[in-house]
Amino acid sequence: MTNGWIDIKNTDMMLIMGGNPAENHPCGFKWPLEAKRNRNAKMIVVDPRYTRTASTADLFLQIRAGADIAFLGGLINYAIDNNRIAKDYLLNYTNAAFVVKEGFKLPEDGLFSGFDPSTVAYDTATWNYEEGGDLSRKSADADPPAQKPGAPAAAPPALPANAAYDLALQHPRCVFQLLKKQYSRYTPEMVERITGIPRDLFLKAADLFTSVRKNGDMTKAATIIYAVGWTQHTFGTQIIRTAAMLQLLLGNVGRAGGGVNALRGHSNIQGATDMAGIFDNLPGYLKVPNPTDSDLTTYLKRTTPTASKPGPWQSFNYWSNTPKFMVSFLMAMYGDAARKQSDFAFHYLPKVDRNYSWTEIWDNMYRGSVKGMFAFGMNGVMIGPDQQKNIDALKKADWLVVGEIYPDETSEFWRAPGTTADDMKKINTTVYRLPCAGFAEKDGSMTNSARWLQWKNAALPPPGEARLDQDILAQILLRVRDLYRKEGGKFPDPILNLTWPYTDPEHPALADVAREINGRALADLTDPATKQSLNAGQQLPGFAWLRDDGTTSCGNWIYSGSWTEAGPQLARRGTEDPSGLGIFPNWAWSWPANRRVLYNRASCDSVGRPWDPERRQVWWNEDAQRWVGNDIPDFKPDSHPKDHMGPFIMNPEGVGRIFVPLAGLADGPFPEHYEPVESPVQNPLHPNQSSSPVVKKFTTAADKFGSPEQGFDVVCTTYRLTEHYHYWTKNNPVNVQLIPEPFIEIPVELADQIGVRGGEKIKVTSARGTYAAKAFVTRRIKPMTIDGKKVYQIGLPIHQGFRGIQEDAERNARTPANVLTPTVYDANAYTPEFKGFLVKVEKA
Amino acid sequence: MEISRRSQDTRCRLVGLDKIGLLTRLRSTCPYCSVSCGVIIYTLGDKAKNVTPQVIHVEGDPDHPINRGTLCPKGASLEQDILNERRLLKPQVRRPGATDWQDISWDDALNEIARWVKKSRDDTFVEKDQQGRTVNRCEGVAFTGGCTDTNEFNYLVVKTMRSLGVCYLENQARV
Amino acid sequence: MSQATLEIRAISGHSGSVPGAGVRREFDVCKLIDTTTCIGCKACEVACLEWNGLSFSETVFNNSYQTMPETQWNYWNLIKFNEHEREDGTLQLLMRKDQCMHCEEPGCLIACPADGAIVQYVNGIVDFQQDHCIGCGYCVTGCPFNIPKFSPTARKVFKCTLCVDRVTQGLEPACIKACPTGCLHFGTKPDMKALAETRAKQLREYSGFENAGVYDPPGVKGTHVIYVLHDASNPELYGGLPKDPHVPWAVSFWKKPLKWIGNIAMIGGLLGVFAHYLRFGPKIEPADEETPRQGGAAPRTGTRDPGGRP
Repeated sequence: MTNGWIDIKNTDMMLIMGGNPAENHPCGFKWPLEAKRNRNAKMIVVDPRYTRTASTADLFLQIRAGADIAFLGGLINYAIDNNRIAKDYLLNYTNAAFVVKEGFKLPEDGLFSGFDPSTVAYDTATWNYEEGGDLSRKSADADPPAQKPGAPAAAPPALPANAAYDLALQHPRCVFQLLKKQYSRYTPEMVERITGIPRDLFLKAADLFTSVRKNGDMTKAATIIYAVGWTQHTFGTQIIRTAAMLQLLLGNVGRAGGGVNALRGHSNIQGATDMAGIFDNLPGYLKVPNPTDSDLTTYLKRTTPTASKPGPWQSFNYWSNTPKFMVSFLMAMYGDAARKQSDFAFHYLPKVDRNYSWTEIWDNMYRGSVKGMFAFGMNGVMIGPDQQKNIDALKKADWLVVGEIYPDETSEFWRAPGTTADDMKKINTTVYRLPCAGFAEKDGSMTNSARWLQWKNAALPPPGEARLDQDILAQILLRVRDLYRKEGGKFPDPILNLTWPYTDPEHPALADVAREINGRALADLTDPATKQSLNAGQQLPGFAWLRDDGTTSCGNWIYSGSWTEAGPQLARRGTEDPSGLGIFPNWAWSWPANRRVLYNRASCDSVGRPWDPERRQVWWNEDAQRWVGNDIPDFKPDSHPKDHMGPFIMNPEGVGRIFVPLAGLADGPFPEHYEPVESPVQNPLHPNQSSSPVVKKFTTAADKFGSPEQGFDVVCTTYRLTEHYHYWTKNNPVNVQLIPEPFIEIPVELADQIGVRGGEKIKVTSARGTYAAKAFVTRRIKPMTIDGKKVYQIGLPIHQGFRGIQEDAERNARTPANVLTPTVYDANAYTPEFKGFLVKVEKA
Repeated sequence: MEISRRSQDTRCRLVGLDKIGLLTRLRSTCPYCSVSCGVIIYTLGDKAKNVTPQVIHVEGDPDHPINRGTLCPKGASLEQDILNERRLLKPQVRRPGATDWQDISWDDALNEIARWVKKSRDDTFVEKDQQGRTVNRCEGVAFTGGCTDTNEFNYLVVKTMRSLGVCYLENQARV
Repeated sequence: MSQATLEIRAISGHSGSVPGAGVRREFDVCKLIDTTTCIGCKACEVACLEWNGLSFSETVFNNSYQTMPETQWNYWNLIKFNEHEREDGTLQLLMRKDQCMHCEEPGCLIACPADGAIVQYVNGIVDFQQDHCIGCGYCVTGCPFNIPKFSPTARKVFKCTLCVDRVTQGLEPACIKACPTGCLHFGTKPDMKALAETRAKQLREYSGFENAGVYDPPGVKGTHVIYVLHDASNPELYGGLPKDPHVPWAVSFWKKPLKWIGNIAMIGGLLGVFAHYLRFGPKIEPADEETPRQGGAAPRTGTRDPGGRP
């Protein structure tokens, strides 16, 4: 979330799409309702089903799963056409005025410029800004272009330091004009053809949502709220991009009650992402090294961006501090072994050469290259996609270690329903199932969707012989280290030299680990600006203290400030909210630097006054010559507004990106509507390039795809129910009582067509597998007309598997929903397409 | 100190306000969705030496600025998550070709796992790629982390796995 | 579930006065359910189950999110789900939390023949005292909302207590505390009524629900659980909420006119006895005036024991 849960109460307008917060985040959903109750805010819900969220909406639109970019693109088109845009914001805080290189082509035919069919990838050289100065002024002496256009660059393409721009927004290649052109194709008629939302209803929603900018009014704020209904598509990242662009266009980012708000599905998914539990990052969103990084300097040169902006503007370009973050991380990892002369042990880290993401793990295990796997609280067989492929992959592994609190499907893949004793004899995988600690038995911090780190203490010890997860991990590591110490082996240095400075190494205290993550001074330090000093060994007050010379160590720079000399900031429990905006500055600790709303500089106009005097977050104080306010300014605190520093300090441009240059995104600088890999229609925009050109498909025998011609003509989507939590609560008698059985939600019309009534069994088949459950016949999903064709949508919850209270009593079919889903993923985030695949529906 | 935690039947069932009157209150965070509601776990007794704590009840924490004491149907049933007879209590192993689990001691399990990790790592480690560049990758081991793992645990995972050279490091965050 | 600290207003099957009635001041409590912000999450169901320690029962999917068809002796709080297509073709998913309404004129209490099995406290809570319940089930007939349920195992009747144990101690009921959206609210009856009316007005003026209103049925003299409905003219849409609930005729007749006839008959009898006394005087029996009283009981008059306290 750019903002936070409570901040939603400040909004005037909500677009909830690709998420179902009433069911999946009920306690957070009070804040949208508070906005409705206290501000008469309006709520628009767009979803393939009429959900329990929709039941509280002012306007509900049923959309075809996977058509989100068309809808949002239509909103952009409507906002521009009707001048419902935040002109000043757009001009000053986004790259709308930047001029794009000649040769860049919009995807009228489904392809941006630079597509290479042989590599199934784009050459992004033309996806860049033009070098040069102010193109709106004709005087030659203003900002002479540094380089003649067309001169070949020797180095890999980089952003120009002095980007060309046109503040009149008239240049045909300026981002705003390109944006306008790109979405002029997303007319209400086209939106209707793709999404199935009738034109009039779409216009009603477009008018309502953009009404916050009626007549140039800047006081109001609109928010966009989404979840995995957006991410789990082969174009998921681009859906979110479209939302972000719309919010920039309307000037809603950085504002109380505004922003683009991802509702993470689990308690510490935000933290896991921050801490780089994913292959392509290191903690704090540092980029993982790759084989071209022959040493640390090369890595830092590759990963540290340089500012790219119009000459007279300033850009904080905070990522220019990457060397400080990276060196401090290496110091935390390897301590004494990380010295300047040893290149800070940079080569202890693996160099990642390709995609190692979730779906790839299972594919590569299926192909035999992944020999062993740890799964700590991660039920991969249930999660899928394509459960059967994952089971077959595990059969080929040598070993599997599962740390869990309940018996789960992954640890019992070898006895999945349908596996005979003879089959089991042929499965050679050794499986260890280790009893772990539940939430109440563990201390430590978790980071919520609002980026709040919250510390909890353990309430009781783990039951039986169960152990704390960190103890198990430590005990494995220390044993592996012993083996390497005694026996030697391949490159033991990083294992032997890894810092493990915990009082009891076999039982690392998480408070010690949290202090290490925050970081400490390794030498006496003095801040040249404030003359404050720190002694060696003291906790760092924040990331501004990080150094790139090895005098600081920090496990995760964005968490620096969470556990300082003043104590655990992440355990604070102050309940005061002086501004009334729901900031709660003294409750827990929010990264970065306890800022609650990101980019909050953009809540003020260009001279530093809040757009809305009623919702004052931060502002420029001329007397103090500083940014001050109710929130911590997410900005350079002493940057005078007349210096025109951009509020989006993490971008090299300093401004929000409506156009994403270069390799920022794999599938285009602007979002374009592509069909899901399995779609009932050809893309009405460009039938010859129906789905994303850069989508990754797997090619083993297990990877099968269906089409309407083969009879797979119903769009299917998966989701969670409010009564259950993923795959846990099927072990909980209370939640099992609330929803005892799996079901499949189907429209009344489809039920009539196949001759079933509610409660009767039906069978759903995709190219991958078959799922049978009772039919939930409902009027909450209606048949749709997509590009002139009648299309049904159905949906099914993902909660039931083959281990659980009901499953063990054989009261259901013991089939996980993910037998149906396809193994394809988004080219940017590598998230699989769980939403919007094709099935056929029959009476069972 | 395992007394009656696992069994609903032998569990003390208090009625009325005695349930939370003078019990010990521990503030925790709900493990489910990303709202991260504050919860209060009530345990039997006042932490006196001669009492074995027993979870009696779980309720929302009214001080928490986001949930303000409220809970959803999953949060409200957390007591049954803590006191669940389906919890795993012992390390187990399933041997190649076996049709059932067998118990294993922690020591044996951890030693065997360490041995597997070393073997898979040594078998699949790539120090230099085909172009002779240093890459130091362990290509045969994957780690998948869950959604309620704490930040500190996740950090220890990064430390451990990256030092082993693991690239297949993924998390619920991806899916 | 007797709560001695609460003042009792009415007692079932009880002849004579209610002890202590009218002695202390106490305010009416009330639960407000705003169905327009209910998201059917069932947190209230679970909170009720958990707080009251109710036993689990097996349920079956029945083409609905609804947990079970109606409340049970061990399930006192149930969200009722209804898909409703409005005249303009738009759909509504109406969700209403069903539980005891704690009527000001409680049909269950009126119908109950067992002395003290049902009490109504001055604060409005209607509470069943299972130790006095005879399991006759008359309360089930007396309730216009189909709430009290007979337990075949306990052979007693059970229902929502409005968490009288919590309310007595100054806490809100468990369902109220849990409700994530604030669709449930708790306070005094006047406060809840005002809040409900304000919300209904807002719904009429800003959300296009012209018939939004408050459900506080006068047929049972109002309830201590009130609803805000999108369409107050159609409460039946919300899982059969009765439009104009009354204590059933038979129960009212049985307990009121018939009772009065009985009372008149009884008074008539007494009057007859009195008339007989006036006419014939006391029955005179031969008695020994000097018979000593048993074991030092208090003397008939108010005179003090000489050795007693001043």
